[in-house]
Amino acid sequence: MTDPVLSVRDLRIRFRSGGRETQVVHGVDFDIRGGETLALVGESGSGKSVTSFALMRLLPEAPRCTIEGSVSMGGVNLLELSERRMAQVRGPRIAMIFQEPLTSLNPVHRVGDQIAEAIRFHRKMSKADIRARVIELLTLVGIPDPARRMHAYPGEMSGGMRQRVVIAMALALEPDLLIADEPTTALDVTVQAQILELLRQIQRATNMAMLFITHDFGVVAEIAERVMVMYAGRIVEQGSLADVLSNPRMPYTRGLLASVPRFEDAGLKTGPLGTIEGFVPSPDNLPAGCSFHPRCPHARPGICDGALPELAAHGAGAHLVRCARSDEPAFGAEPAEVS
Amino acid sequence: MTAIPDPATRTRFAIFRGPRVRKFMRHRLAMIGLLTIIFLTLACFFGPYLLPYDELYIDLRARFSPPLTGSHILGTDPLGRDIAARLFSAGQISLTVGFTAMVLSTLIGTVIGVVAGYFGGWSRIGLMRIVDAFLSFPSIFLMLTLAAFLKPSPTMITLIIAVTSWMEVARIVEAEVRGQSSRDFTAAARMVGAPHWWIMGREILPNVIGPIIVAATLTVARAILLEAYISFLGYGIQPPLPSWGNMLNNAQQYLDSAPWLAIVPGVAITLAVTSFNFIGDGLRDALDARSVQ
Amino acid sequence: MSTLIETIDLKQHYPIRQGLLGRPSATVRAVDGINLRIQRGEVLGLVGESGSGKSTFGRTLMMMEQPTSGSVLYNGVELAGRSHTALHPYRRRMQMVFQDPFSSLNPRMTVEDSLTMPLRFHQPALSARQRRDEAAETLERVGLPRSMISRYPHEFSGGQRQRIGIARALMVKPEFIVADEPVSALDVSVQAQVLNLFSSIRETLGLTILFVTHDLAVVGHIADRVAVMYLGQVMEIAPTRALFTSPRHPYTETLLSAAPQPAVGARRQRIAMKGEPPSPLAPPSGCVFRTRCAHAQAECAVARPVLRPRGPGHLSACIRDDLSLVPGVAEARPDQARKRMS
Repeated sequence: MTDPVLSVRDLRIRFRSGGRETQVVHGVDFDIRGGETLALVGESGSGKSVTSFALMRLLPEAPRCTIEGSVSMGGVNLLELSERRMAQVRGPRIAMIFQEPLTSLNPVHRVGDQIAEAIRFHRKMSKADIRARVIELLTLVGIPDPARRMHAYPGEMSGGMRQRVVIAMALALEPDLLIADEPTTALDVTVQAQILELLRQIQRATNMAMLFITHDFGVVAEIAERVMVMYAGRIVEQGSLADVLSNPRMPYTRGLLASVPRFEDAGLKTGPLGTIEGFVPSPDNLPAGCSFHPRCPHARPGICDGALPELAAHGAGAHLVRCARSDEPAFGAEPAEVS
Repeated sequence: MTAIPDPATRTRFAIFRGPRVRKFMRHRLAMIGLLTIIFLTLACFFGPYLLPYDELYIDLRARFSPPLTGSHILGTDPLGRDIAARLFSAGQISLTVGFTAMVLSTLIGTVIGVVAGYFGGWSRIGLMRIVDAFLSFPSIFLMLTLAAFLKPSPTMITLIIAVTSWMEVARIVEAEVRGQSSRDFTAAARMVGAPHWWIMGREILPNVIGPIIVAATLTVARAILLEAYISFLGYGIQPPLPSWGNMLNNAQQYLDSAPWLAIVPGVAITLAVTSFNFIGDGLRDALDARSVQ
Repeated sequence: MSTLIETIDLKQHYPIRQGLLGRPSATVRAVDGINLRIQRGEVLGLVGESGSGKSTFGRTLMMMEQPTSGSVLYNGVELAGRSHTALHPYRRRMQMVFQDPFSSLNPRMTVEDSLTMPLRFHQPALSARQRRDEAAETLERVGLPRSMISRYPHEFSGGQRQRIGIARALMVKPEFIVADEPVSALDVSVQAQVLNLFSSIRETLGLTILFVTHDLAVVGHIADRVAVMYLGQVMEIAPTRALFTSPRHPYTETLLSAAPQPAVGARRQRIAMKGEPPSPLAPPSGCVFRTRCAHAQAECAVARPVLRPRGPGHLSACIRDDLSLVPGVAEARPDQARKRMS
């Protein structure tokens, strides 16, 4: 197996505000290899976006925010780089696209100029070469008539087209890793399908690694090879797409999957959806033991509320589960109370 | 409809509670401003009782006495009247004019702003063009013209100032109300058949009270300054009634020989105006919707 | 079943003005000639992408704004053209639940104030105590404890706020509710709770619901029938199962194929849409979908297709009867479906 493009070890993130410190990410580890898409799934407040921002070093400086652990790329710990060195990493090594394409585009500049700017900042190239590269990129992301469209302003494009421009900008310097933070959430389903297809194609062509952050298991099934599920600042389940979607072992993952209405059951009146009782705990006040145990239908006193369960291998493969009971033979056979 | 004791009134002032108050208190300049205003007001309204002279008493033997000499703390004017006494009673008039003008102009501005912002369409276009027309007219000139034709009593000056300074409030309120009107809770109220006055007064107004308070505070400062202007030019409060503005007017010819005649009311005006401006800044920070959850 | 609401050739057009007193230079046909019947007691799903006019249709049904033309019949009574006062008796029969749980509640009002507000105008005879009791009861009905009644909106999570929004709609005991994307701003697990709440109140209160959403999976779960909108027009209406298993309109086929499904091996062949969405200011002639349709022919540009019967309760506005479209779901055996639920 090739070396990972990105290796995250024991990532911990704390925020300080008004004299109070709150830890929002509690030791996250993962690797991403070239050509692979790793999905990071979680609900709001799970810490998934904060994690991705930390990889890009886009969080506020200390003392407002403390990041510990290591984020290594090619043997270099990004967390230890100076801001200037980090600026050289963003673009050629890691690029990021966001949910709302308008936030990454300046409304008063033509889209072609914005892409050119991104190239000029890192590469010494002639004007004509840059222009050719811009047109090449716009063609790559499927924008029709790129020589003309490069002169358009962001406001003159549809949401889907803008997201394509943002992707073109992110790809301009051929990054090794693309972080995509809910890039299709604001788009219509038909446009979303096109953008996902585009990302898959680009990845096939460039062997780029991708960290895809989303709350939508449907999108995960479309794009990812491996999946991590995050809850209250920790990875609670990790594995291949088949492991996590077809054989989830962590009750939280199961709960999430059960709460998604299933296409195949459309119109069949299959009764209430599965739900997860209670609320995501506040990061200031995490429950002892497994953070999910107060909401878990399988929680047992003495087992789940004591020590924090490790993210341990389930079975032979690379399926990791943070649940004290996931290996019990009866676990999962007992009916979880459907609420 | 309001015969029943109304629980909604309690919420309208929810803004004065908790974190916003703390935030305001942390704003040092605003707190200094607030204390200065409280001090000035107390001094103007209760100070005269502590002084040995009233503002009209003429002490001919002590004409032009400088501050801190003899029994006149702040000195006397060319007629031998006690400046401290005159400063305080002038302050009563100036502060009252400023405050009343603020209340009136805020009322006018709020009503026009709310109506324009809520109804939109033609009423918005019409009302906001009126605002533009008032704004484009040089207000000092308008004031002086009005003051020249009308009998310049304190009431008249107040009205004149109010009529020429409501536009700012109207603009701010219009923009805020327009934003709130497009929110779904307004739609929800409309959908249960709530009348327009109810939606404007109960649903929207409490949500724009912050900006109104800020604008009102800044309007007081402006009104005090305007009153000083016109009185200084001789069209405002007429002697023997004192105001900070006409005290400055009287001081003009003695700037060399008795500078305290100008300095004392000048400092009072500056203190009052800057204090209100500081309070306005502090309120703006504290009431800013984004700053407090 | 009887018809509760019917629209006849309902249109909602918005003129675009330029400048201060500019003449309308163009018209957005947000809703452009919709004929729809909503049966008493059913949940009608209305799906479409942004710009399809689905939300505008819902708001026009609620008479939040007067339609440009056409009729809205409530129990056979014309609502279009009625004044604010003349609409008042109907306001308590129909209510709306909004998408954004953060903008739909007044931040300066307690839950009690928000909930009792509708009663002020519809049951002015009630005392403050009676109104408060009603509010507390409704709050419990939507799954929130009574004790939360004096709290402010910012003290609640998105899902709880959405419950309060539903409670407010229920306060006047309506027969009909328009739910405009009520779960799309919520997290997955919270979305499931709110959908379950909709199902349960619908059953216990016998409500009729127009459920507007962009999410096909959601509509498949909650709706009895589904109408698909594109550029202000209805493309297809069918019983939910039939729409998913045998779509009769190419746009429905495209939507179904684009919806991501959380199952391994769900990656399917997409039915690609050609080109870019047409401007709503200048919709294509004939069938509005033809510029993006894989099956378009010359005739599609000639006349606007009408909704024609294509099966039991199944109407489609496509002139081509010869297409065999890809279903979103293969017709599954019902026993399989039941097993998965246990």
